[in-house]
Amino acid sequence: MYQYDKYDQTLVDERVAQFRDQTRRFLAGELSEDEFRPLRLMNGLYLQRYAPMLRVSIPYGLLSSTQLRMLAHIARTYDKGSGHFSTRQNIQYNWPRLEDAPEILAELATVQMHAIQTSGNCIRNITSDQFAGIARDELEDPRPYCEIIRQWSTLHPEFSYLPRKFKIAVSGASHDRAAVQVHDIGLYLVRNEQGETGFRVLAGGGLGRTPYIGSQIRDFLEKQHLLSYLEAIVRIYNRYGRRDNKYKARIKILVHSLGAEKFRDKVEAEWAHIRDSSLLLEQKEIDRVRAFFTAPAYDPAAGMDTSFADQYKTSPAFTTWVNRNVKGHKAAGYRAVVVSLKAPANPPGDASHKQMDVIADLADRYSHSEVIVTHDQNLVLPHVKQADLYAVWQVLRENELATPNIGLLTDIICCPGLDYCSLAEAGSIPIAREINRRFDDLDYLHDIGDIKIKMSGCVNACGHHHVGHIGILGVDKKGREVYQLTLGGSAENDACIGDRLGPAIDKDDVVDAIGKILDVYVEYRQEAERFIDTYRRIGIEPFKERVYASKTAVQPKVASYAGH
Amino acid sequence: MRVKRRYNQRWPAMRVIKDNRLIDDRWQRIARMDDDHALPAGDVIVPFHYWQAHREALLTRGSNIGVCINGDIETEELAGDLDHFPLIALEFPAFTDGRCYSHARLLRDRYGYRGELRAVGDVLRDQLFFMRRCGIDSFELRNDKDIEDALRAFSEITVRYQAAADTAGPLYRNR
Ligand code: SF4
Repeated sequence: MYQYDKYDQTLVDERVAQFRDQTRRFLAGELSEDEFRPLRLMNGLYLQRYAPMLRVSIPYGLLSSTQLRMLAHIARTYDKGSGHFSTRQNIQYNWPRLEDAPEILAELATVQMHAIQTSGNCIRNITSDQFAGIARDELEDPRPYCEIIRQWSTLHPEFSYLPRKFKIAVSGASHDRAAVQVHDIGLYLVRNEQGETGFRVLAGGGLGRTPYIGSQIRDFLEKQHLLSYLEAIVRIYNRYGRRDNKYKARIKILVHSLGAEKFRDKVEAEWAHIRDSSLLLEQKEIDRVRAFFTAPAYDPAAGMDTSFADQYKTSPAFTTWVNRNVKGHKAAGYRAVVVSLKAPANPPGDASHKQMDVIADLADRYSHSEVIVTHDQNLVLPHVKQADLYAVWQVLRENELATPNIGLLTDIICCPGLDYCSLAEAGSIPIAREINRRFDDLDYLHDIGDIKIKMSGCVNACGHHHVGHIGILGVDKKGREVYQLTLGGSAENDACIGDRLGPAIDKDDVVDAIGKILDVYVEYRQEAERFIDTYRRIGIEPFKERVYASKTAVQPKVASYAGH
Repeated sequence: MRVKRRYNQRWPAMRVIKDNRLIDDRWQRIARMDDDHALPAGDVIVPFHYWQAHREALLTRGSNIGVCINGDIETEELAGDLDHFPLIALEFPAFTDGRCYSHARLLRDRYGYRGELRAVGDVLRDQLFFMRRCGIDSFELRNDKDIEDALRAFSEITVRYQAAADTAGPLYRNR
């Protein structure tokens, strides 16, 4: 993985000192709350419902065991003992003290971590494929480009006060596991007719109050133009994005109000001026960064192992776990292990400091000291020998990290909601808990198979509800928490925004409604058809009829939701 | 004459930051003015629209002329007039309005403007580093703030990943 040199280290150290001073000036009354707000946000610090929240950056989700131990240490020392992994592959702490934030950042800097630009109206953490570097369907490892973009965007002098936040995702595989199409800029590594790899560029995707799938604005961009093209896009956005209304300030609104064509013309015209400037990315630099992401020394004999096959046959619980939570790997005899942070009683994406330490130890022992955060809020041990799977499973199981539910109904994406977030209109963690309570029969879950439930506690859509096969959006209706359901969304290659099922549903009826939706699926599905495929085939009507056959509906509230 | 003062209550500015130092300022910035009133004598900064309307008169008055633009005015609009201005003021109506960062870079990089670029309006210490990097070289700090203290802003961060007005190439070339 990428290692800081003296420049990177100096920058994070200086940034800590700068933020320490900014915090001191704020506490001394030299900076007003309005003046301090963007400064603290660009250092990851929110003021939340009950306490500040600190969001730490995990570039493209990649962590060393040392870094994960530091995250555990911070959870233990400055928080109530746990952290929340987010859909942006970052980690959030819900209980730090404002006064401690500079010290936490100083501790992070000792392990080459920071919280720079994890919030604020600037370019955020660059996200990527959780199986980058190990996936069999990968054209090229996207992480070197993520790192190059990370450096270009860090304290970018022109783009630190954009109209709104700005998210970039890069995928190098044929299967999109990074939700590329719902990002402000999405990049797919692709090959052109000459056999060169470059980028397909999308812009204007995003969720929130007005969800859009990104529009393709360039089918092939040579690698050396990566930064100049990004600079052109963000400059157009900085100049012309709306600043009068924060709900209309994302680049998606600019792209869709101009039309993708016109937006592209503006970008291309801007790009023509700067494409051959010092933004031209030198091959030498690509090679330098790439060298940090070479594969670890795999054991060539790993594939000869026979113990795994025996264990797989003899232990049904292990078999179930392997089938759900263990994924393929490009190296023979290796697997990627998904560590489930979706145990029934666990708020989705949360890990305790003890669990983090356990996972760090496992990474050292079995996975070349690497851990990856997934955008669906689990962790991955990316390089585990098949012969070690059984041992890894046993340790995970002892620590409630081996729930065999990856990709299933209970592998819910869920934002913190009313439990922590000051913007929330309704709870999301309690609904997740209720879903887990109701659907606790593993056989049933496995029978339902692949399905993505995504849930947000307000229209900001941090839980990506629009792109869930079943999306759940919590809204406040005169002091009552009610929920709007959407069906048929997807964040993968076939990305689309879910269709609204109907009027919002009372809190107590949400899980019943999901049960009915699943009943309809089970009745209509053909053979091994997945939920999403059945939905696409039969449409929303049968689901609607079933859910609203009884008296569960209340009137919808979010008028703007339907209006865009 | 009647001059409405905005932001800059200590007008005419006593001191501004120029090239990372405090200097006494000779410019008078007219934030908003009525057409039928005469300008004060000496070097003045006028709103861009005033320049457009009174171009000939301004060119013959025998003083230095600066113009003030904000994010609503396209840099392209004044590109042809740059030679007339030893100073261009970029107005930040709120420090969170980042459009003038792009303006500064365009004026420097695309139009080769070599005169003084001055940040005015809601100009605060914690943005000076970014402004400076974009090519803004003088700063009229908001008058309730400690201008001496603001000088510290330039040395807080020494690492610059990107090429910008103050850095010819990307950092990786030094590695
Ligand atoms: S979706 Fe809303 S409630 Fe949930 S984390 Fe985001 S802002 Fe908070």
